Amino acid sequence: MLKIEHLSVEAEGREILHDINLHIRPGEVHVLFGPNGTGKSTLISTIMGFGQYKITAGKIYFKGEDITHMPIFDRAKLGIGVMIQRPPTIKGLSLRQMVNLCGDTKEETEMMAKWMRLDHFLDRSVNEGFSGGEIKRSELLQLMAQKPDLLLLDEPESGVDVENIALVGRAANYILNNNEKPCGNPCRDEKCNEECPFANPNPLTVSHRSGLIITHLGHILKYVPAQVAHILYNGTIAASGDPQELFSNISEYGYEKCVYGGCRRMKK
Amino acid sequence: MSTDMEKEKITEALNKAAVYGNNIDLNTFDDNNDVHAKSVESMSNPDKKTMEKVGMELNDAEDRSGTFLQVDNAPVEIKTKKDTPMVLMNTGDAAKKYPELVEKYWWKAVKADTDKYTAKTALEKENGYFVHLQKGVKIAAPVQSCMFMSHENQLQRVHNIIILEEGAELNLITGCASDPSLDKGVHVGVSELYIGKNAKLTFTMIHSWGHNVAVRPRTVAIVDEGGLYMSNYVNMDKVADVQMYPTVHLIGKGATTRLNSILVAPEGAHMDIGGKAILEVPGTKAEIITRSISTGGTIINRGYLEGKSEGVKAHLECNGLMLSKKGHILAIPELDAHTGNSDLSHEAAVGKVNQEEIEYLMARGLSEDEATATIVRGFLNINIEGLPKSLEEKINKTLDTFTYTKGM
Repeated sequence: MLKIEHLSVEAEGREILHDINLHIRPGEVHVLFGPNGTGKSTLISTIMGFGQYKITAGKIYFKGEDITHMPIFDRAKLGIGVMIQRPPTIKGLSLRQMVNLCGDTKEETEMMAKWMRLDHFLDRSVNEGFSGGEIKRSELLQLMAQKPDLLLLDEPESGVDVENIALVGRAANYILNNNEKPCGNPCRDEKCNEECPFANPNPLTVSHRSGLIITHLGHILKYVPAQVAHILYNGTIAASGDPQELFSNISEYGYEKCVYGGCRRMKK
Repeated sequence: MSTDMEKEKITEALNKAAVYGNNIDLNTFDDNNDVHAKSVESMSNPDKKTMEKVGMELNDAEDRSGTFLQVDNAPVEIKTKKDTPMVLMNTGDAAKKYPELVEKYWWKAVKADTDKYTAKTALEKENGYFVHLQKGVKIAAPVQSCMFMSHENQLQRVHNIIILEEGAELNLITGCASDPSLDKGVHVGVSELYIGKNAKLTFTMIHSWGHNVAVRPRTVAIVDEGGLYMSNYVNMDKVADVQMYPTVHLIGKGATTRLNSILVAPEGAHMDIGGKAILEVPGTKAEIITRSISTGGTIINRGYLEGKSEGVKAHLECNGLMLSKKGHILAIPELDAHTGNSDLSHEAAVGKVNQEEIEYLMARGLSEDEATATIVRGFLNINIEGLPKSLEEKINKTLDTFTYTKGM
């Protein structure tokens, strides 16, 4: 699905990423760990093609196509969707219009907005006065409409209150098509399914959607099954392995020890 | 109407240049009171289309409480919907019929000797609409008016008066336009708006003038206790020279005003447009919001808030987008507080479309041009509260006529 080869990236003349190699196969979800300021957001933004980042070396392939220098919207059309951390406010453009631009039908928008507890936000300008958690839910609502084949999420849990974390996780899981049902109550028991307005619990039929998710806290892993994790450290991928294993090692020993001490070999 | 002494003063003002804008020589224009159109039906299709563009419902005016059409300096149609408790007539006729109102309202909000334009209007035969609503009369369906210029090199003079007695409510949409084939002319429009205690006036004005027409509106509103004056102004066409600085005096406790303006200046347009609110007593509130776009033309956007009393609150916002390498936007917001306890604020930003916003939309699958157009359309979208649906649609329709194309 996504193949990154020897990618180096700079911003404002400073190298941020160096010799990144990453391969995400269809249906795979990868997570990206790493301390603040190490280049995780830069990697996601570069995959999407945002202008402030300059690729100095390497290639990015998506679905076999070289997208290294492709315009952002062509990448979106090809199936890449992104949730950035701080999306700008667009005054006068309502969230409803925004979601419709992303590709949803109007009925779907209503229903999904309800599930995301954003139905009262649909007529407000996109991101205007949204709290951190509201921004995440609004981004996910847009991505549900966009239905990307590769989902890039930059810290989906940050700023989200405890009550909504499950919702955010399940929404991400829904977009990745892992048997999630978009019903009003973000619980996981059987009752929830009864309330679900969908005859077909998941309108997104079988696909091979993939994801790359930046997370610090790892909460999202409870909702989204990830196959591979990477640690981005000082601008390069310093370690890769099983998500749970890497995460518990990082939690216990910290990034530096984990990276230099051989993260995968550590056992609790 | 005026004493001899006053008349002398006004005559002197015929040579008085306005504070802002080019000093137009009114003598070079054709000032006549001729009837150039007998009826709406007799007008050409392009003319009708233009009138519709600025908000007039010509065929099915069912959802309009009244219609007033003036072509050049002659009223062509004055109609009030059956059983509507409203006086709608020509100002000149109203002056004859209601001398006691003349005493109280004529040239009281706008001083006749303000400048040469007001003086000219005061001294010549009087035309324009006069609307009077008695205490408690609320009229939901809008009254529509149109000031139309059809004659080449015409000087059009208009004197409008709206009086809303206590608790009355009115929606008025006024479209000002000229025959699409007309090149040169000058329009002078004096409007005196009196909003009584707890009364509410929504005044929506859409302009679409010929390329070389000069426009000098002179509007002053006086809002009494608990009253509300909402003004929405849209001008998105090339107009050689428009200068206006509508002023609102909030004279009663709790009086409120909101002035919204949407301006688009194509190459060759020169718009000098302001908004002024004078908060005279405690508890008054004002909000002035302007969105201006230059696609090559000049916009001077003035804003002035004067807090004369304690406990007033007002906000001024003039934001401009430059969509062309040519063009010029000058934002001049002014705050003037006379007491320590007034809350006046302003926000002004002029620039190009934010690249981050463009990329955000591109990441959702929009091309660069589509993304830019979407942002620009949003920018123009002032959320206007309390506007009747039909007017909101009208404004949105007008806004939709503006399509951004790259390289304008």
